[in-house]
Amino acid sequence: MAETRPLVIEKARIIDPSRDLDAVGSIVLVEGRIAASGPDALNQGHPDGAEIINGSGLTALPGLVDARVFIGEPGGEHRETIASASAAAAAGGVTSILTMPDTKPVVDDVAIAEFVMRTARDTAIVNVFPAAALTRGLNGTEMTEIGLLANAGVKAFTDGRHTISDPALLRRIMTYARDFDALVMHETQDPALTANGVMNEGLFASWLGLPGIPAEAEIIPLERDLRLAALTGCSYHAAKISLGESAAVVAAAKARGVAATAGVSINHLSLNENDVGEYRTFFRLSPPLRREDDRESMVEALANGTVDIIVSSHDPQDADDKRRPFAEAEAGAIGLETLLPAALRLHHSGRVPLKRVIEALTVAPARLLGLDRGTLQVGAPADIALIDLDQPYLFAEAEIRSKSKNTAFENARFEGRVLRTIVAGRTVFEA
Amino acid sequence: MIAPASRPVAARRHLLGMAGLSPQDITAFLDLAEAEVAVSRQTEKKKSVLKGRTQINLFFEASTRTQASFELAGKRLGADVMNMSVASSSVKKGETLIDTAMTLNAMQPDILIVRHHSAGAVALLAQKVACSVVNAGDGAHEHPTQALLDALTIRRRKGRIARLIVTICGDVLHSRVARSNIILLNALGAEVRVVAPSTLLPSGIEQMGVKVFRRMDEGLQGADVVMMLRLQRERMAGSFVPSVREYFRYFGLDKAKLALAKPDALVMHPGPMNRGVEIASDIADGPASVIEEQVEMGVAVRMAVIESLLGDGLEAGA
Repeated sequence: MAETRPLVIEKARIIDPSRDLDAVGSIVLVEGRIAASGPDALNQGHPDGAEIINGSGLTALPGLVDARVFIGEPGGEHRETIASASAAAAAGGVTSILTMPDTKPVVDDVAIAEFVMRTARDTAIVNVFPAAALTRGLNGTEMTEIGLLANAGVKAFTDGRHTISDPALLRRIMTYARDFDALVMHETQDPALTANGVMNEGLFASWLGLPGIPAEAEIIPLERDLRLAALTGCSYHAAKISLGESAAVVAAAKARGVAATAGVSINHLSLNENDVGEYRTFFRLSPPLRREDDRESMVEALANGTVDIIVSSHDPQDADDKRRPFAEAEAGAIGLETLLPAALRLHHSGRVPLKRVIEALTVAPARLLGLDRGTLQVGAPADIALIDLDQPYLFAEAEIRSKSKNTAFENARFEGRVLRTIVAGRTVFEA
Repeated sequence: MIAPASRPVAARRHLLGMAGLSPQDITAFLDLAEAEVAVSRQTEKKKSVLKGRTQINLFFEASTRTQASFELAGKRLGADVMNMSVASSSVKKGETLIDTAMTLNAMQPDILIVRHHSAGAVALLAQKVACSVVNAGDGAHEHPTQALLDALTIRRRKGRIARLIVTICGDVLHSRVARSNIILLNALGAEVRVVAPSTLLPSGIEQMGVKVFRRMDEGLQGADVVMMLRLQRERMAGSFVPSVREYFRYFGLDKAKLALAKPDALVMHPGPMNRGVEIASDIADGPASVIEEQVEMGVAVRMAVIESLLGDGLEAGA
């Protein structure tokens, strides 16, 4: 690999929530790391031979860390490869992704995790961290080798789209995981209560004649998990909550001192059940899009810190698996490329302070995963998103870099565009 | 009532549901259907208005009665009718709905009559074809021609729909017939009631423009029309209700319960009936029953729908 030339971003607005910084200044990148950043960064002058980027009018953020990304490699490369996911991430200002173990084969042992890391090293342009399964083959019955996997560099454990039903098994996994300081991330969708449900239970689903998913299908396993987290002392992360009541449950657990965190997908901050309209399958998500008051509650929970992080829940699905009757279509939507612009709507609408939005996309997920990223502190890897915070644009299907086109934001109007993405000092995307 | 979103129906190429139809649209269908009743009662039952047109009945879910009704309707209008059922098609071999639609579309039919087990499937298919599409039932969503034939039956017997009390009893949760009827009857100004155990009522039913009852004796009080819905045997296995015996005891229509409705109340059922489950045999065959008449009206209504969608200058409504 060739030596990277030093890079200086001058006169940009720097937002670095890890240091509570929001000021105009410069960032100096040397040998893939931050050498200086802030209003006084150029006190030592420019490094020799540096490339200079005029950042005036632009905003520099730590590169985003997306802690919930489904990919198709291995086994579903027609939907998304590690390389195509990383290209989509780069276009969205996302410099680190946590990939879900729901692949074929499942990432449930060291060899598969190493395969993902190796493929990422050879083909990806952003940092890729594979999450490993909690149970073998995501079968919900046998624990994976959490110790060996953690030792191989796995940063988090999750059964991906699956929720473990057996509370005794989950308790044992959490107890064991605690001994290895392993983070357990869990989706909370009770499979029995969800049954054949495909959208939020309520009047809207009833008129459409679609089987509904009650709120309790999320709240009951969430309550259970938080009790088990308290019991076991494990680091627990509720992967994707979608209801105002869920936020209240998480807030109460945090108030009791439980070592728990929670995430929300950008979809549940941006959309509600009405977006399903006339059976639009790109809006079939898991958990389902909820009522508008739930969306409002999730925004509030993000603002007040009850919800710690925002994820894209990027979930590429083939057109053939989406162009089906609603109940037969696969759930999920892509989101890497729209995560930041959609999140910036929360800032532009005045609902969530900008610094908080950026924190939930950068340093908060990085700390959760134990990464020294999501920050522009001196010494950190030089992962940066340079954006025009106010530039309006239309997100058209033709722009999508992901192999799958199942976006919930087709033709959405955004304000805030990623102009350049830098990973370890190298520019990996330029608009 | 919080109504479902209305669809853009300007072109009225398809009939996908009752949602979005105006009272004028509905009345136009019913008026035309009245004329078709006369055709079916003649010795010479065939019109030539659709001579040379092709109608394909595409049934992803078996239904002898509805398919036969649509077939007769098409033939009496003079169309060439072809039946395609899932058992004899490539759909079972994994072909997608869209592929099936494209294949049939290439055969240049003029109208497709589609039944599918999944809500929204017929609308999806309609987006992909160049011809007219009639929804013959999609999952638990809608069954518009059933609602029209029920309305025609009621209107012929009672002279009107407005201000009548219509009580719909049974498995509303899984019923497309109930949804289409609730929309149509509300549009024409009837008072709609539903009676069912709460396990068989959809979430939000109170906002669907109906009065909700959990007891037959309350819901049937003063009713002009009693519509019974079919209860599938699987519902027992799914613990929606404990047993046929208990269901019939509380929600089956028998002589004693029917006595609470108006003396001249009509008894209706979309068929096929489960005698002794949701309806007693003597009621199904009794003087109040118009169940066979519903079948006759079914052909007339389907003729009217097909003719309206295909016939030149026969646009129903706006």
